[in-house]
Amino acid sequence: MLEDLFKVVKTRFNGKESDAASIADSTIPEDLMFKCPRCRHTMFLDDYEINNKVCTACNYHGRLTARERIELTVDKDTFVEYDHSMMSLNPIDFPDYDKKQAMLREKTGINDAVVTGEAYIRRIKTVIAVMDSNYMMASMGSVVGEKITRAIEKATQMKVPFIAFTASGGARMQEGTVSLMQMAKTSGAIARHNDAGQLYITVLTDPTTGGVTASFASLGDIIIAEPKVLIGFAGRRVIEGTIKQRLPDDFQLAEFLLEKGFVDMIVERKKMRSVLSHLMMLNNYHPEEI
Amino acid sequence: MENYVNNLTPWQRLELIRNKARPTINDYMPMIFDEFYEMHGDRYYGDDAAVLGGLAMLGGTPVTVISHVKGRNIDENKKSNFAMPHPEGYRKALRLAKQAEKFHRPVICFIDTPGAFCGIEAEERGQGEAIARNLFEFMQLKTPVISIVLGEGGSGGALALGVCDELAMMSNALYSVISPRGFASILWKDASREKDACNMMKITAEDMVRLNIAEHIIPEPIGGAQNDLCKTAENIKEYLLEATTRNLKKSIDVLLNERYTKFRKIGEFQEISRDNETD
Repeated sequence: MLEDLFKVVKTRFNGKESDAASIADSTIPEDLMFKCPRCRHTMFLDDYEINNKVCTACNYHGRLTARERIELTVDKDTFVEYDHSMMSLNPIDFPDYDKKQAMLREKTGINDAVVTGEAYIRRIKTVIAVMDSNYMMASMGSVVGEKITRAIEKATQMKVPFIAFTASGGARMQEGTVSLMQMAKTSGAIARHNDAGQLYITVLTDPTTGGVTASFASLGDIIIAEPKVLIGFAGRRVIEGTIKQRLPDDFQLAEFLLEKGFVDMIVERKKMRSVLSHLMMLNNYHPEEI
Repeated sequence: MENYVNNLTPWQRLELIRNKARPTINDYMPMIFDEFYEMHGDRYYGDDAAVLGGLAMLGGTPVTVISHVKGRNIDENKKSNFAMPHPEGYRKALRLAKQAEKFHRPVICFIDTPGAFCGIEAEERGQGEAIARNLFEFMQLKTPVISIVLGEGGSGGALALGVCDELAMMSNALYSVISPRGFASILWKDASREKDACNMMKITAEDMVRLNIAEHIIPEPIGGAQNDLCKTAENIKEYLLEATTRNLKKSIDVLLNERYTKFRKIGEFQEISRDNETD
């Protein structure tokens, strides 16, 4: 049975790969155009970027780097980063893990898949954590778990809201069971923040899946999602392998979760600052005179 | 408990714990506990047969028992969905844990699952939220929680019953972030390298103790638990009696602080300079 299951996955996976190959063969240069993964609309990369990486046709909210997200979200020059230098070790001696990380650090300019720190959003003080899918699909290992936990503890201590912008492929397999435990660690810190009567808002961005969905991402007092982003526990291909049929295109999109009752609201990127600041004010956190 | 060296490779242990002869919670229940009363349902959606829960006596102490249910044959496995819970299974577990908290009754969790179920309905009913909620609530549960990995401890589906004051591993049990097959399939794009994955993932009882994830190893007879069910059950019971007594003595504040710290300190990282920090 299990063999069959993987065969289905494989077939579909291979099918996808050949699709990608045929696109690569076509005449559109990759660095000039952006093809929306939701509606397949192709647009100039410049247009996509000017639109803050939102699809001009279907409003799919694309992936941002942590830096881009911070720039779009917080008051100018107010971000103070925490724990920038933290880097993971190799708890299960996974081959080439160190090498891969060194390469990614070079490429992305960040030391692991989350950037944390304090900042003001419309003059309201917050602690934020922003995950960056360019770094190993923002999977959660020791560093992501530790930085997020420290950020939450800092927010609790300073009595300010904690806002997590989540994106993740799940727990980081290369760090083994230690990664799994980061789910308990982060959720525990959220529980304490909650007990201290402080606000926690999660903003689910593309894609939020696996162990991150099954821990702090699902625990916000308020859960916001960006339009058309992928949110789920199990990967789409794993489910398709189990049920042996194709899932509908809108399965596990933000709108699906809203309908099922797991998301409070869907908010467009251009309104995010204003919505976050209003929600914080409604929860009795007020702007400071700067 | 006697000192015991387990010479089996991780792969041999995986084969052993997947063997049909491996005892399950249904075998252990009457041998460890008296007067087990099963409780059904999560009160929101339904009753998930992949998770068993109820009230029982452990020696002279009432406890709440929660466990993944593995079957020993195809009918049992179908009924319990191969020990892969849906969200209502985790919500049942949480309901019973909150009930235990009310009466300051220890919660005993047995972990024995390849993972949470991956399917359409599980997603629709919030598999991620159900697991997350258990991590959140168990971390602050004001009563002792002891967890034992009986066989397979697979990913978030296992951890949902694993936020505890003490974690014990059966000597052949494994605890992993994903199944070895999934690991091989995703990281090497080759599910047939399951054995290689299993041997390198560092998922044995000894690994868990070394990584500060587990505190105790409960010995199984040579060749595995199936070779002497009575002795194995006795070893589990002996451990549980000690662990519940030990943890019931602690004040709630101490208990919860120690539980938080147990998970808080798990992680392997380095910090080169603290220049960028604010304090």
